[in-house]
Amino acid sequence: MRRSLFGRVWPNAVALVLFVFFVFPVYWMVTTAFKPDLDIISTTPVFLPFHGTLSHFDKAVHASGFWTLVRNSFTVTVCSVLLSLLVALAAAFAVARMRFRGRKAFILVVMMAQMAPWEVMTISVYMIVRDQDMLNSLLPLTFFYMMMVLPFTIWTLRGFIAAVPKELEESALMDGCTRLQAFFRVVLPLLAPGLMATSLFGFITAWNEYPLVLILNKESGQTLPLWLTQFQTNFGDDWGATMAASSFFTVPVVIVFLVLQRRAVSGLTAGAVKG
Amino acid sequence: MAAQYRGTSTRAPDEAAVTPGPAGAPPGAGAPAPAGPRPSRGGALAGRATPYLLILPALAATVLLLGYPLVRNVIISFQTLDAFQLIQHTTQWAGFDNYKDQLTSAEFWHTTERSIFFTLANVALIMVGGTLIGLLLNRLGKRMRLTLSLGLILAWAMPYVAATTVYQWLFDTQYGVVNWVLWKLGWHSMHDYNWFGSQFSTFAVITLMVVWQSLPFVALNLYGGLTTISTEIFEAAWMDGATPWRTFRSVLFPMLRPFFLGTTFLEIIWVFKAFTQVYALNAGGPEGLTETLPVYAFVEGVGNQHYGTGAAISVLTILILMVLMSYYFRIILKQEDEL
Repeated sequence: MRRSLFGRVWPNAVALVLFVFFVFPVYWMVTTAFKPDLDIISTTPVFLPFHGTLSHFDKAVHASGFWTLVRNSFTVTVCSVLLSLLVALAAAFAVARMRFRGRKAFILVVMMAQMAPWEVMTISVYMIVRDQDMLNSLLPLTFFYMMMVLPFTIWTLRGFIAAVPKELEESALMDGCTRLQAFFRVVLPLLAPGLMATSLFGFITAWNEYPLVLILNKESGQTLPLWLTQFQTNFGDDWGATMAASSFFTVPVVIVFLVLQRRAVSGLTAGAVKG
Repeated sequence: MAAQYRGTSTRAPDEAAVTPGPAGAPPGAGAPAPAGPRPSRGGALAGRATPYLLILPALAATVLLLGYPLVRNVIISFQTLDAFQLIQHTTQWAGFDNYKDQLTSAEFWHTTERSIFFTLANVALIMVGGTLIGLLLNRLGKRMRLTLSLGLILAWAMPYVAATTVYQWLFDTQYGVVNWVLWKLGWHSMHDYNWFGSQFSTFAVITLMVVWQSLPFVALNLYGGLTTISTEIFEAAWMDGATPWRTFRSVLFPMLRPFFLGTTFLEIIWVFKAFTQVYALNAGGPEGLTETLPVYAFVEGVGNQHYGTGAAISVLTILILMVLMSYYFRIILKQEDEL
């Protein structure tokens, strides 16, 4: 199909406008974080900051309790993701490789759990955690985040395990491996992309979670999303520092996302669409 | 879930999890594990117990960490649980009072109405926009497609809370770049305009943000689906003189129907239960006029310390969500002939 000049130009022009639409907020966040105060509160916005400063980052990092919250966020995120991988691997293997009564029911439970309305369950979770006297602790957060990512992890890993040819496993069994050995030596290495994809999305979910930690934890038990919203309240109109804080918070996610995106998304379609 | 990269979150990423549709079933992934007993080692009984042992941790976690909170939510909704009862650790049953109060209160119905309109507006924009961008991606040259995809992924990866602070800054009254641009474009009343001062403008900002965050998922997935369709089909339609709209309606839409249906329902569910974006942007303000149901439940329950009331609102919200989800599950279960 040959197209007219106009037919070739307008898609690119629209794409360029859309690109700006999607990237501009991110660009504005990062540049504001580096701009000196005078450029931030000028009547004409400075679109290309040539005089960068690191003072806003300095301020953000030295805000009280910052490093505690960084540690909290990492602890909760990493533990919940690892825990859910462990639990999900077992369940996904059973669902993908074995036939048993109640299998379909279990899959349905997983699918429904995936859609759990956590945003509106915070009150009862609060009461439960309060009964256990565990408010402001990282343990309940870890468990609940684990549960938030678990259904997705099971669902995706199940697809990946089903994609590993059964014959591979069987030949390992023939060669004298036990089923457990066959799993660890043959199936698990092939699951690497699946494990990567699921832990990536688990990481992002847990890292970003806001409603639950908002109600459960105060002060030293908080995580970075809370710090970010309060940072903004505490520092009011100091947009430089606020944007520096936002950039800090965003960077790990974007890096994880960009590095693993292609692999992960192909992994996702492989895992999730059909199994 | 959402998890949020929608999680939660970020919600975005786990969205892909349940997306139905032909977003490219890859070779090898299609074959479901065939049934049939395998030679069990260590006795028939142990062999039969193995799958149950393997799903036990997941099942236990689901019952304890998801099932119990849901049940507890219902229990609390039948109690009067204010600050007093909370501190005294007393249980005071209220029967259906919380529900009666809500179902007869104008505020609850206004909030419900608002939630529905908010959801419809957002989902319409997301689906139409996402479809158009997906089609555009399919038409672009390689370099431009990569550029736009990169932009989409950046917006997609942006955590909700960070996006919220950025949008507050973009729409800041005094130094916000949006007001400046509008003013430069000749819209002089937008100088020093307070976006968070009225219901409509606050919703406009929230909507823009939610749509901005959600478009990439729909667009990239649709593009993924499009790549699985042979271009010859479009060429044939074009040769037959079909207009682009006609091609979309009669060729593309029927082929990707499961994708459109499934994604629409997913988006409805996600937008309906969106909490972070609405609450973190303006806490449901001004004067509670932008509270959607999840925010309303939180503000009544936690903010005003009427936990019983909040729980009742959240049970009602969950009921609405369950209706939506049942539609969603009906759609995807139809495609999953083999679970």
